[in-house]
Amino acid sequence: MYAQPDPTGHFGRFGGRFMPEALIAPLDELDKAWTDAKADPAFMAELDRMLREYANVPSPLYEAHRFSEAAGARILLKREDLNHTGAHKIRNVIGQALLAKRIGKPRAIAETGAGQHGVASATACAYLDLECVVYMGELDTQRQALNVARMKMLGAEVVPVTTGSRTLKDAINEALRDWVASVDTTSYLFGTAAGPHPFPSMVRDLTRGIGDEARAQVLELTGTLPDAAVACVGGGSNAIGLFTAFIDDADVKLVGIEAGGDGVETGRHAATITGGDVGVLHGARSFLLQDEDGQTIESHSISAGLDYPGVGPEHSFLADTGRASYVPATDAAAMSAFDLLCKTEGIIPAIESAHALAGALELAKELGPDSTILVNLSGRGDKDVHTAAEYFGLIDEPVVLEQGVEE
Amino acid sequence: MSAIDELFVRTRAANRAALVGYLPAGFPSKELSVKAIEAMVDGGVDLVEVGLPYSDPVMDGPTIQAAADQALRAGTRTTDVIDVVRASAATGAPTVVMTYWNPVERFGVNRFAEALADAGGAGLITPDLIPDEAGEWVAASEQYGLDRIFLVAPSSTDARLAMTAEAASGFVYATAVMGVTGAREQTSALGPELVARLRKVTDKPVGVGLGVSNGDQAREVAAFADAVIVGSALVRCLLDAEDESAGLEAIRRLAQDLRAGVERT
Repeated sequence: MYAQPDPTGHFGRFGGRFMPEALIAPLDELDKAWTDAKADPAFMAELDRMLREYANVPSPLYEAHRFSEAAGARILLKREDLNHTGAHKIRNVIGQALLAKRIGKPRAIAETGAGQHGVASATACAYLDLECVVYMGELDTQRQALNVARMKMLGAEVVPVTTGSRTLKDAINEALRDWVASVDTTSYLFGTAAGPHPFPSMVRDLTRGIGDEARAQVLELTGTLPDAAVACVGGGSNAIGLFTAFIDDADVKLVGIEAGGDGVETGRHAATITGGDVGVLHGARSFLLQDEDGQTIESHSISAGLDYPGVGPEHSFLADTGRASYVPATDAAAMSAFDLLCKTEGIIPAIESAHALAGALELAKELGPDSTILVNLSGRGDKDVHTAAEYFGLIDEPVVLEQGVEE
Repeated sequence: MSAIDELFVRTRAANRAALVGYLPAGFPSKELSVKAIEAMVDGGVDLVEVGLPYSDPVMDGPTIQAAADQALRAGTRTTDVIDVVRASAATGAPTVVMTYWNPVERFGVNRFAEALADAGGAGLITPDLIPDEAGEWVAASEQYGLDRIFLVAPSSTDARLAMTAEAASGFVYATAVMGVTGAREQTSALGPELVARLRKVTDKPVGVGLGVSNGDQAREVAAFADAVIVGSALVRCLLDAEDESAGLEAIRRLAQDLRAGVERT
C-alpha cells in the first residue's frame, strides 16, 4: 500500500518545509487541525454535504464517443468542468475554508494566477462568511480582468502584486508575507498541491474525490479499470486528485501532462518535471525551473493555470519512482485538442484541461484502439474564450472591458 | 572558538551588545556593495551579513526586495557574493552570508561551504532553512568550521526554541516581530519576551532583528539582547541617496548612531 508522505511531510527526498520559522508552529497547528478534522465524521459529513449540495459533486463520467473516434481509443472524461465555479478547484477550497471555520480564523488569504483559485476562494468565503483577500500578480490582473471583477462581485479584496515578475509566483510570495504577519487570525487557502507540509497532502486529500469517484464510475461503465489516467499538471492539484485512487493499481498508467509552451527545447515552457531540476521553492523540495544559480526562471504557457515554475512534491516523487510519467504538450498541441473537443463534443474545455486532452491523443496512438483512457476534464473554458478566440483568429478587435483595460 | 564566538566574548566583556549590519551583495553594484560594507564597518558595525540576492525573498519587505531585484538585474551571481564576502572579511569584521536556501543547494552545499570558508566567511544565516531540514548543511558547516545561525520567532514553541538553539552556533537570530524585514516606527514588544524564553533554554548569544532602524531603538534592544541586527534601514540609505558618496556617508552615520545605541550608554 502506498503511504506518503512520512510524518514530517516528505515524499522520499521531496517535500518538507522550507519556510521561515515564524510559520512552522502555525503549519504544525494546521497539520494537527486537518488530521483531527479528517478523523471527525461530523466534519467530513458536513464537507460531503456542501460538495454535493453546493458544488455539484460528484461530477459525472462522460464517454466522449466522437472525440474517441477521432482519437482512436476509448476516451472517458471526468467532468470536473461541471462543478460550481467551473473547475475541480472548488473541492479544495470548500475543504480549506470549512477547516478555517473550524479553527475559528475569520480572515482568509489566497494567491491566484489566472484567477480560478481566487474566484473559488472568493466563492467559498462568501458561502462560509469569511473575509477574503486574494493576491494576484499585476500582470495577471490585467490579463484576467474579468476574473478580477468576479472576485470583487463575490466580496473579495483583490491585491495586485507589483514585485518580481508580477505573476503567480510573486502572488504566492506576497501571500506568504501577509501570512507571516497575520497568521493568528488568518488562514492561507493554498491553491495547489504544493507548498510546505501539510499543504501538498491536505490538498491531495481534498481533491482525491476526483479519482475515487472516477475509479468507481469507470468500473461501473466498463467493468474494468482504465489503461491510463491522464491529467494536466501545473502545481498538480487536479492530477494528484485523479492519480491517488489509482496509485496501487499497477496496471493503470498515470500520465501527467505538463505545459510545453513553445516547446521544451525553446526554453519557453512550464514543463517543470520534464525541463527543470530539483530545488527548493515556496516551501518544498521539488522540481523547478531555475537558472545555474538557483534563481527561479519565469515559465511560459498559453494556459495561465499551468504557468508556474514549480510543481507539487508528490508529483516529483511519483516521477522519480516511475509510478507516474510526465510529458509535455505544447501550446499548439493543446489548442488543437481544444478545438477537437469543441467540434466533436460541444464542450469548451479549459486550456489547462486541453493539455490533458492533447496528452490523451498522443497516448491513444501508443495504446491503440482497444484501450480506455480516463482524462480529467479539470475545468471549463468560459474563462479562456478570449485567449482561444485570439489564438484561432476569431476576434478582429481587442475587447474593451472597461476604460483603459483590454483583455 | 569561531570568529563570532570571539566577538561575543569581547562585547560581553565590554558590557555592550554587538552591532550586526546587513547589506545585499551586488547592490547597487558589486563594487559599491563592497564600499558600503566598508563604510558600515568603519561606522562601527561588528559583524557583517552579506545578503545573497534571490528571486523569491518571502521573508523580506519592500526595501530589501527592491535591493535584491536591482542586484539581480545588475547580473549578480553566487560567485560575486563570495567575492563580496572576501572583501568584507578583509575589513576584519566577521562576515556571514544571509541566504534563502535554494541558491546554496543549487551551488552545492559542500561546495558553497568550502568557497565561503575559503573567502574568510564565518557562517550562514538561513531564513527559510529550519534545523529539521538542515542535515546536509550541519555536516558541511562542521567540516568547514562555519557557524549556523538559525532563526526563531515569537510563534516558536518552547520545544522548537530549545531544538533550534541547540542546532545553532555563533548566535541565535530572534525575529522580534511576526512579519517580514523592514524598518518600523517602534520596536516590538514581542522581542523581550522571546529573548527571555530563549535564555531559559540556551546560553548562546541572542541577536534580535526585524524593525530596528536608529540608535534609540538599538539602545532599547541592546538592553536585553547580545546583538542588534539592522538591515532595511541601512539598505534604505543607499536606495534614497542622491549619489554614491552621499549614500556611503549616510551608511557610515547610521552605523555610528546604531553603535552608540548598542554601547548601552
